[in-house]
Amino acid sequence: MVNLKAKAYEIRKDIVSLIHDAGCGHIGGDLSVTDILVVLYYKHLNCSPDNMDDPNRDRLILSKGHSAEALYCILADRGFFPKSDLDNYSGYQSKYIGHPNNKINGIEMNTGSLGHGLSIAVGMAIAGKMDRANYRVYTIMGDGELAEGSIWEGAMAGSHYKLDNLTAFVDRNHLQISGCTEDVMAQNSQEERWASFGWHVISIPGNDVDAIDKAIEEAKATKGRPTVIIANTTKGYGVSFMENQALWHHRVPNDEEYAKAMAELEQRRVEVYE
Amino acid sequence: MNKVAVKEVICDVLVEEAKEDKDIVVLCSDSRGSASLKEYVKVHPGQFVEVGIAEQNLVSISAGLASCGKKAFAVSPACFLSTRSMEQAKVDVAYSNTNVTLVGISGGISYGALGMTHHSINDIATMASIPNMRVYLPSDRFQTQKLFRNILKDEKPSYIRVGRNPVEDVYEEDSIPFDMNKATVVVDGDDITLIACGELVIEAKKAALKLKERGISARVLDMYCIKPIDRETIIQAARETKAIITIEEHSHLGGMGSMVSQIVANECPKKVLNLALPDTPVITGVSKEVFKYYGLDSDGIVKSALELLAHVE
Repeated sequence: MVNLKAKAYEIRKDIVSLIHDAGCGHIGGDLSVTDILVVLYYKHLNCSPDNMDDPNRDRLILSKGHSAEALYCILADRGFFPKSDLDNYSGYQSKYIGHPNNKINGIEMNTGSLGHGLSIAVGMAIAGKMDRANYRVYTIMGDGELAEGSIWEGAMAGSHYKLDNLTAFVDRNHLQISGCTEDVMAQNSQEERWASFGWHVISIPGNDVDAIDKAIEEAKATKGRPTVIIANTTKGYGVSFMENQALWHHRVPNDEEYAKAMAELEQRRVEVYE
Repeated sequence: MNKVAVKEVICDVLVEEAKEDKDIVVLCSDSRGSASLKEYVKVHPGQFVEVGIAEQNLVSISAGLASCGKKAFAVSPACFLSTRSMEQAKVDVAYSNTNVTLVGISGGISYGALGMTHHSINDIATMASIPNMRVYLPSDRFQTQKLFRNILKDEKPSYIRVGRNPVEDVYEEDSIPFDMNKATVVVDGDDITLIACGELVIEAKKAALKLKERGISARVLDMYCIKPIDRETIIQAARETKAIITIEEHSHLGGMGSMVSQIVANECPKKVLNLALPDTPVITGVSKEVFKYYGLDSDGIVKSALELLAHVE
């Protein structure tokens, strides 16, 4: 059994290295969403390099596509492709680009334009119901992304079609590129908003792997409606000087910041491991 | 005169094919009535998804279904489908390469007096400019049947625009020449070439007959395949005839005429005249009135052809 807490810090180190080496990436959102992805990929998702073409596999759509680095690092670690493929991340003619690309093993759909993932996931979940298949569909949205109107079209359809095979996450880190979500476009009362759309709502501390695990179990057990997990996360989580700083939405660490971040993540990894 | 609208034929094909092919799924955005799909919904309720008035959702849900092995047909008025959900068509359908056929109904100016909100005279420009999106404008009910049966054989994205009202047949039921992605030579000729698509192919065909009475031999090409466009047949026409006229129910900017002009200019320069709609909201009227006003009907085409031939000769 993988130690999920330690794995999350190990993946964060991979992310920080990838972004430092490539000179680009959305580090803040990567670090906030890492725990959700780790719990899904190392515990819940029935999707591995062995069954990635199986029609009955679970599906994940990273609607907040700019967190591609987090997804790539996890897919590489899970063996969907060699880790060395990421050496040319965002480089000349690379397929490993700044938003998920479905030419890469393990990636279902291209994302990056915000507001699409939930509706795509709704389509996948409807297909699952039509085929009486057992697979589950997950999507992860950013909180800034919720300003996209299409999200609410998908939210309507999800409950209308009673898609209890669909679980959506909101990476609620309160920050977007221009600053605090509440200043840019208020996203308060998320729980009430989703509940009014007919969803089962679970609100959790979003960087707590145990809470994420428990929420996914609850979503699986919920019948007759889809579940949204409002994951109250910290942008930049795990690197103290990046935490809660809009500046680190997509800033690239310099060598000194990189060394400091890696040291801190390693220290935290060791702490949770022991 | 044919009384069957092309969209009714689409419903017939889907009703029939879906009996055997359980992967076919039709989706509507509160448009099952205007798309003449009520019969399909009645026969195949389990292979139908209603999304309500939400075209963006329509296209993304279609893409999600397609990524799970379904053959998704998203049917919605062309005006909304081609612009409101263009982003979803670009990303979720074309870029993700999902087996979605976007069917734009009541396209062009066929909604007439409902105004510019309901006109789609820029859909060729928007859809054809998206990498990996094919674009088709069939000309009559028979060709539409053939096109849909061919579309069902592959898994690539496409956008198909059809009109609202019944149009005269271009072809005869027992003789429907059709080669996928090849223009159909409706009338052969060697003085001038008329390249048309959609509902205006019949006008080009009539124009050719009128020109024949004046001793002019006009070739008529049904360019139902806007993308991939049939370059070879266009270049051949440029080589073998004195001039080309394109006729389309679309803005003169970025439509089929623009593509033909580009190919002819690059490969075999000849005079090309583009008959299309102007860069302004069109006048109010039924299709026939609008076509006549802008010189897109057979008389308008004949007039343009005579002027053009006088100029090039």
